[in-house]
Parts: sequence; C-alpha cells; structure tokens
Amino acid sequence: MGTRLNVLMHDMVPKHQIMDVEEVHTLLTDYNLIMEQLLKIYHDDPIVKAIDAVPGNVIRITRKSHTAGEAEAFRLVVRRPKK
Amino acid sequence: MPSPKRIGKLDFGLLSPKDVRKMSVCKVIWPDTYDDDGFPYSKGLMDPSLGVIDPGLRCKTCGQKSGDCPGHFGHIDLAKPVIHVGYTRLIRKLLRVSCRACGRLLLEPQEIEKFSALGDDPFSADVVSEKDIKKERVCPHCSEQQLKVNFEKPTTFMEAWTEDGRKTEHKLTPADIRARLERIPDDDLKILGIDATVARPEWTILTVLSVPPVTMRPSIILENGQRSEDDLTHKLVDIIRINQRFKENQDAGAPQLIIEDLWELLQYHVTTYMDNEVAGCPPARHRSGRPLKTLSQRLKGKDGRFRGSLSGKRVNFSARTVISPDPNLSVSELGIPLAIANEMSIPVRVTKENVEEIRSIVMVGPERPTLRDPCGANYAIRPDNRRLRLHGGSGLLDNREMVASMIEPGWTVDRQLRDGDIVLFNRQPSLHRMSIMSHRIKLMGDKTFRLNPAVCPPYNADFDGDEMNMHVPQTEEARAEASLLASVQENILSPRFGGPIIGGIHDHISGIFLLTHELRWFTKPEVLYLLRHADIEFLPKAGKVEDGISYWSNKQVFSMILPRGLNMVYRATSCTNCDECKKDLCERDAYVRIIDGDLISGTIDKKSVGAFEGAIMNRIIRTHGLKRARQYIDDMTKLSIRSIMFIGFSFGIDDEDLSRTEYGQIRDLLDEAEQDVEKRIRIYNNGQLEPMPGRTAEETLEMQIMQVLGKARDKTGDIAGSHLGLGNSAVVMAVSGARGSMLNLTQMAGCIGQQSVRGERIVRGYEGRTLPHFKKYDQGAGAHGFIRNSYKSGISPTEFFFHAIGGREGLVDTAVRTSQSGYLQRRLINALQDLKVAYDGTVRTTGGRIIQFKYGEDGTDPTKSAFGDPVDVKGIVESVLKEEI
Repeated sequence: MGTRLNVLMHDMVPKHQIMDVEEVHTLLTDYNLIMEQLLKIYHDDPIVKAIDAVPGNVIRITRKSHTAGEAEAFRLVVRRPKK
Repeated sequence: MPSPKRIGKLDFGLLSPKDVRKMSVCKVIWPDTYDDDGFPYSKGLMDPSLGVIDPGLRCKTCGQKSGDCPGHFGHIDLAKPVIHVGYTRLIRKLLRVSCRACGRLLLEPQEIEKFSALGDDPFSADVVSEKDIKKERVCPHCSEQQLKVNFEKPTTFMEAWTEDGRKTEHKLTPADIRARLERIPDDDLKILGIDATVARPEWTILTVLSVPPVTMRPSIILENGQRSEDDLTHKLVDIIRINQRFKENQDAGAPQLIIEDLWELLQYHVTTYMDNEVAGCPPARHRSGRPLKTLSQRLKGKDGRFRGSLSGKRVNFSARTVISPDPNLSVSELGIPLAIANEMSIPVRVTKENVEEIRSIVMVGPERPTLRDPCGANYAIRPDNRRLRLHGGSGLLDNREMVASMIEPGWTVDRQLRDGDIVLFNRQPSLHRMSIMSHRIKLMGDKTFRLNPAVCPPYNADFDGDEMNMHVPQTEEARAEASLLASVQENILSPRFGGPIIGGIHDHISGIFLLTHELRWFTKPEVLYLLRHADIEFLPKAGKVEDGISYWSNKQVFSMILPRGLNMVYRATSCTNCDECKKDLCERDAYVRIIDGDLISGTIDKKSVGAFEGAIMNRIIRTHGLKRARQYIDDMTKLSIRSIMFIGFSFGIDDEDLSRTEYGQIRDLLDEAEQDVEKRIRIYNNGQLEPMPGRTAEETLEMQIMQVLGKARDKTGDIAGSHLGLGNSAVVMAVSGARGSMLNLTQMAGCIGQQSVRGERIVRGYEGRTLPHFKKYDQGAGAHGFIRNSYKSGISPTEFFFHAIGGREGLVDTAVRTSQSGYLQRRLINALQDLKVAYDGTVRTTGGRIIQFKYGEDGTDPTKSAFGDPVDVKGIVESVLKEEI
C-alpha cells in the first residue's frame, strides 16, 4: 500500500495547466466573458488537487478531439457547494 | 425594450395566518351561495366583494367590471387547527428532530454550534437531516425523555412508547402539534434549512383558511336556468358547514368524543380540498359519483395548469387532414383541398396600389366555387379594427357589394389562400427540424393534403392513414422566415449527418435503376415521353442512327436532367466489392462515371438518388446550389416514375417460383443440414464434443447447430438468387436498394430458416420439449424452431407456431425501443434547447455562459459537412481528376 494513483499519469486524463493572471485576462477579453460565464471544475476534483490549483484559478485543458484533432477548454476552479 | 434582469434569489415561504387575514376582504361564515332570487348571500361563498363573474356588475372591492377585476381572497376562521396535507412530511421530520418539551433540536449544544457556523455559507442548505438525530432518546437541553412519533397517512400523528412491556400509542391533535412546532426556536430551524422569517413551521397547521376569489371558481348557468357550482365551491361549502357545526358543539360543551369526530371530519374536508388524491383517504365525490377536481388536481398531470395550460398552446390558422401522394407536384409544393383554402386566410393591407384588386377579391366573397376561380375573402377589417364578416350567396345577408364599395386604403382584408402562398407543414412527432418545413400551396380537389413522395423521409410519413398539420403564417416577417429558413429546398441537407435527407424512395429507385441499367436505346417519341416533365429545350445528338432512325441511349436520357459540369466517379449500391474492380467493364454495371454532366457508365440507384445517401444530390448542392438540387430531385422523380411506367414493373406469386432442379437442390441441402445437426447431437450425447473456449459443451452444440442451419438457409438463398436474375422484380428492388433484401427473397422462395428468441433457438414450452408434437429432449432442428419451408411453399402448423413466437419478439422489441428512445430524445432536447452558437463561434446559454469554446471543437456546421467531415477531399479530387482515387 501507500502507492496512490497519480491521475496525471493516466492515459485518458488530458493535459491540465494553471493559467497565469495575464493569460486569464486575455481569455476573458477575447471571448468577452466574466469569470462566472466560464466552465467550472470543483476544487476537490482529483486533477485539480494533483496540479495544486485553488478556487479562483483558471485551468487550460488541452485534449484530443474527434473533430479538431486537438481542442482547448478553460475551466474555473470553484468550491464544491455542500450537498 | 427594458434590459433583462437577473434573478438574485428566491424565497420560498408559507402563508402565515396573519398574511391570510391581511389579504382577505371578507370573512366567510355562510355555507350558502345564492338565495332564491339569485342574489349572493353577504358573507357567503359568493360574496360580491370576492370579485365579479356576472357581466355588467361591478366589484364591491375594486369597482372594476367582470373581466378586469382579478378577484379577491376571503377567509374562514377554523374552529380548531387542522393539518395542511402538503406539509405532512415536513411536520413529521420536525416532530422527530425536536424535543417534545422544550422544542430544541435533539443535538448536543456544541453540535448545533458547529452546524450553525456552516449555515453562513449560502450554498449549504439542509445540513441536518433526520438521520443525524434519530437515535437520541433524551433531550440534551432539558433531559426530557423522547417518544417515538409515528405517522399514518394521510394526516394522523401518534406518540408511541412502551409501558410495563406493553406498547402504548396516543394520538396527537393538530393543536398539540402546533404547540410543539411553536416551541422550536428560529436559530435551530436555520440549521434545518428553514428560514423562520418567511416560514414558521406552525404555519403548516392551518388556523385560518384562505378562500379563493370567485373568478377562480365561477359558477355556470345550465340551459334550464339552474346554477351549477364549481367543485372548489362545493368543497368550501362542506368545510364551512362542518366548521359551523363544530363551533356550535364546542360552545354548547359537547362531549369530547363528538368534538373529536367533528375535528376529524373537518380535517378530512380540508385535506380533500387541497388534494383529492391523497393516499389512505377516500376521495370526496360529487353527487353523481365523480371525484371532485380540487386544488392539486388543477395543477397536476398532463391536462393540469403547467403541462396543459402553460406549456401547451393551441393556435388558429391551422388545418389537419389525411395525406396522400402526388408525384406530379414539386417537392416544394403542397396540394390542399379547396375547403381548407376557403376557410383559411391571410391578412392583406389595402393600399392605393392594390385597392382595385382587393375590391374584386371582396366581391368573390367567402365561397369560392371552384379551384380555378380567383380567391375570395372572409373578413374585412376597418381602420378602427372592427371586423366585418363577408357573406355571399344571394340572400339578405349578402354584403359583398356594400363592403367592396366601402374599402379604401387603410383597411385590411382577410384574403383566402391561393396557389403559391407559403405555409408551414408538419408531422408529429416533430423529432428534428425537418419535421416542420414550408411549402408553396397548390389548390386541388378532394379532401386530402397532397405531397410529393420524395419529401416523406424527413417527415417520416407514409400514406397508410397518416394525418399532417398545416399552419398559415400571418405576417410578412413570418412568411419571409418560412421561405428563407424553413423551405423544403433549404432543408434538403440534414444537420444530422451532413447529407441529403430528401431523395428518391421505393419506385423512384426501381424506376431509375431500370432506366439506366446496362445500355438500351430509345426512339425520339420514347425519349420525349420519358422526359415530358423535365424542362428541356432540345435533345442532344442522337447516340446512334440505324436505318435512318435516330436512337438515344438510356444514359443519354438520364444525363439530360443532370447539370452541365458535373464530374463524379463512384460505385453504386449494386456493387459487390469484387477483389479486383473491372471499372467500366463491370458486368453488374455498378461503376458509375459522370463526366461533365454525362453519365458515361454505371447504373443509377439508391447510392446516387436515394434519400439519406443521394451522392448526386449531394454533389449538385455543393457545386450548383440548393435550388438546382431541388430542380434535379423534381426532374429525377418524374423521370423515374415515367421510366417505371414505360418499362413496366410488377410482382406476383409466380415470381417466387423456382424450377424443379432448384427445389431438388434446396431439399437435398436442407436434408443434409438436418443430418449434420443430428450427427452433432449424437457426438454431444456420446460426450465427445470438444467445447469451445469459455463455453460449455451444451452452448457449443447450440452454436454449432445455429451456424449449420444459418449457412443452409443462406445457401438456399444463393440457389434461389442464381435462378432469379434481374428479370425478377424482387431482385431488382433488392439490388437497386429500393426495398427489401436478398434475405427477404430467400425466405419467400428458399427457406425461412431458424426462428429465435433473444438470439437463441426456441427452447421454452413444455418440460424437455417445445410442443407435444416432438419427443422429449429432441434437440433436432425442427423441434426448436427451424422452418425449412418458404413463405411460398407454405409452413406446417408447428413451424407456424415458432414463426409467431419469433414475430412476437420483434413487435415487442420495436414497441419498447420507440418509447425508450422517445423519452431519451425528450430529455436531451430539454437539456439543449436554449443553447446557441454565438457570433464568435462559442456555444453559450442564454446567460452567456460558455458550453463549448468552439462549436463541436472545430466550428463546423454539420449541415454543410460532407457526411461529418469538414471537407470532402476525396470527392473534390475525383471531380477534378475525373478518376477514382
């Protein structure tokens, strides 16, 4: 025991990166968005914990796509509401 | 327009007795409605201050007329409190989690502290549940021994405990419960997710009952002049009557037993007034025995307020009738009966330019006698919006001339439909957007909607009695949208798979196959007959001249309807994917080559012109546009119908006949297969059968038998197929893809084969056998559902029985599948309905929240894709190189 599953190593988990403030700013202005309009991900999601993101961070997810080859998505880390 | 507002938060609360009294305009004490003279009793259920329903009278409260007055609430003071059925679960929970003496939550003080701290988070609702507390037997605050609270449907609460080893119960009256709920402090309620400022729990026990306004429960006057009251009024009469009796008994100091009985009766009436379908409570009935429709029944269910009145809407300017086919119409046309065209109308503004024309329309009046007559009008609307109904005929009512002379610019006239008007046409279930398309109408005789059979696939319609709906757009904008967005032409391509969904079906495919297969020659009259409907100005140079007579080939005839500059190379449906393709020399003529709009070789069939596939339509849309594609579909369907009529096409019972040699071959083949099965059973019985990996010997045997019999059936098909060539109509239909398959032909002429239930041979029935006709434990082919006869030769009684078993399974499967997939689709559509692709290519909700950063991740419109791929590279290269790659 003692070995934990590292989700980052899993084949089906795409690349997750925390974006810096400047990148987030360009993202929001490019798409004319406010933070609440972004897609969300819970703070206790295994991948969020694995990359040490905290609520308020925006994560860039680069995944394989059937249609486009590679596609990017952006998710805002939020606290999971109780029950 | 005001800017849209965002909803910040919603409070759900209860009406307090104070609120009920505050909004009440009248205390109702009399259980009567109207006196003998027809006047409402003051302080009765129809008190004039509760609102007006009779036209002409004014409301005593607000002074408005009937129709404008929304009605006003009254109230009834209940003699004793009663439970509101809608809140019994909440009451039960609160009784179980709170102390029976001090009302505090049955939690240690520090636990309450912990939960209260969490309560500041606006998202944490209902943190304490019944499960967190139940075990506590003594109150941590006042050390009171707690008792078990039992609940009995619909509204009875009881405290239970054990005394001297005996179980004892005693009933809690609503008044007891109310007193207990009153003791629960506000702070403790907060932990339970209840905001005591808007919902004190004791408000779930009614002390005063709100009486809805009369506008909500109008009485109706029957033909005999008698008044008939609404169900709600009836129920309220019951409540007031019992309430009065209760009060009198109470004041007179009646014994406890009588008081309790009356209390329970009052509880029953108030319960059924709220909900007449509660479990454990006999529904209150009308004198006729019909259950009353009370408050909850008004809201619930398919015809309730939500699904029936708010989500469901009915419209004017719509028509519905049976549909039937007319191949002479264009796909974008719709034949409508004269009766419908005369009834439905389009409003036309009268202007200086059209006033004379409108006058002549008005002169026709509402009865257009025949199809050829110009359209009439049903109404003329004056500039002050007064409607004048037009009357025709020769009677006194005839006002056509008078109205026509009055008409001047500024009026509006409801003109009847005429050829070329645009309408929306729909068939339910409307599962995709092509279920509603706009057509141009064509007036026709008889009483059905007529449509070109080529538009059946998008509507999923057939002519076995289907009915369809038609709607007439009433404004210029609606007509513009109907023709630009919803027309048949714009919907040839389906967003479902990026190909044409409209195309030839059934006879269109057989016809075009018969026309273009191999090479044949037509004389000039024949060519002209075939192309009668196509818009053609001159014939091409004849393909050959013999004895001074010009002949045109069938491929030339077909090429006439193709646009110039079309280049395609592909393989038809009839292609059998030979190991080495002989291309132009294909003996099945399945290698299609179209060069510059000329069919050089190959047969046109389902792959080329069929709905859902239609390679030629697809290419014409990409290169020549939707309009040309619509034209092509019209020409193609008409050409193919003329071809099939010219060549002739029929199918009869003797088309399934084979010769004696074939029957012999089939018999020998099936005998052999059955012997093979017997042999394998013997091997199995001797225990010599080698099981396949992962299977038992029994399973292995079953699989082998299925395989042997399946192969035998297929071989009979091959025998039948080799005998019946393209001279056979069923073969033509199967090969061209028009309808049916070679399997159907095999079953008709050769052998029906194994019947199965859940993919296995039929095993159920009696012990050890399927039917008493067989020996017990007979594993043979015939005993387990193998039918060696064909539909033509006729099947034996046992075979017939097995066939019915297999057929039943098919029916059940389709029934289950349609209901399941229907619900699946409904849920999917509900989830996706308000999403849209914004101008920046993102998919967003109405609130601007992102769903996808790029639609489909590649931003491709599936309608414009080539069967899912953004660019049809192969097709483009082939059309340039004019060679298959």
